Amino acid sequence: MISTLAIILSFQLIGEVISRALTLPLPGPVVGLILLVLTCILRPSVAAHIRGTTLGLLQHLSLFFVPAGVGIVAHRDLLREDGVALMLALIGSTVLAIAVGAWVFAAVARWTGSTDPEAQKGPNDA
Amino acid sequence: MRDPLLIWSYLAQGPLLWLTATLVAYLAGDACFRATGRQSWANPVLIAVILLALLLWLTGTDYATYFEGAQFVHFMLGPATVALALPLYDNLPRVRKAALPMLAALLAGSATAVVSALLIARAFGISGPVLASLAPKSTTAPVAIGIAERIGGQPTLTAALVLLTGIFGAIIVTPLLNALKIRDWRARGFSVGVAAHGIGTARAFQVNETAGAFSGIGMGLNAVLTAIIAPLALRLFGG
Repeated sequence: MISTLAIILSFQLIGEVISRALTLPLPGPVVGLILLVLTCILRPSVAAHIRGTTLGLLQHLSLFFVPAGVGIVAHRDLLREDGVALMLALIGSTVLAIAVGAWVFAAVARWTGSTDPEAQKGPNDA
Repeated sequence: MRDPLLIWSYLAQGPLLWLTATLVAYLAGDACFRATGRQSWANPVLIAVILLALLLWLTGTDYATYFEGAQFVHFMLGPATVALALPLYDNLPRVRKAALPMLAALLAGSATAVVSALLIARAFGISGPVLASLAPKSTTAPVAIGIAERIGGQPTLTAALVLLTGIFGAIIVTPLLNALKIRDWRARGFSVGVAAHGIGTARAFQVNETAGAFSGIGMGLNAVLTAIIAPLALRLFGG
């Protein structure tokens, strides 16, 4: 567990340094993610080593958004003035973006023949 | 017996109390989520945020004091983002096969998220810095804040809008895509990652690992694309 954490933090650190040094539009952790995928391709043993702890971490990805989420309450006065209009824009655009994105993905997958029978939602899935 | 006020003043200063409260509130949210049979409206982030907001209000604690403790949990967002490398690696053959659908869905989803938000907000009389704060709301928080600063938005407002978008997206994605009869896990995950970043991705992982992997990719790609689209869209549709 500690060695996995050390590996993940090292990749984040390297990603952060590269992102800042080259002033990339990508945040450091995303650069670290890309580097870790490349490392796993070159050295599959790394993927096997970090698997348990990493999947455990991702099981609770929601937890890590809680402190920032509480911040909404701290800034509620910002939302007071234009709150209704902003909420309508947020709800409308999120519904549209998910619907359009998923529909386009499924349509293009059909046209290009890149459907994936194993990645279909069954009738009993959540 | 010591004066309880003394104990409180000790606890109110250190990170122990609010770190513990954050974990317990999340576990309570997660328990509600499981108790409802993993219904998407019982979103664990939303429940935990409401519980903690109530607790802060009841105890008269300000956000800065709360964050002293909660920052340790907040810090884990970075490592968790790096950790998304593993499901991405596991799904690489699948990802290679889906390059074209991903590219098309990325362009369509990202543009829809930015342009429709700007048009709806403008129709309700929003303009200027508030509109600029809204434009990058579908992308992951650090990137969205950077974009908002560059195009004349308010970073704190953007941060709040990003989180609300994520929570709403995570709640709506399952019923919405069920109604549209889209059964492809790749499409379901990817679209919620593009529209609702990490909180959408967290939801996708709760449901299916392939959906989670594609959601993570959608989030990462949209972080790059929104940096390009948001300033353009604001110039074209910002009024």
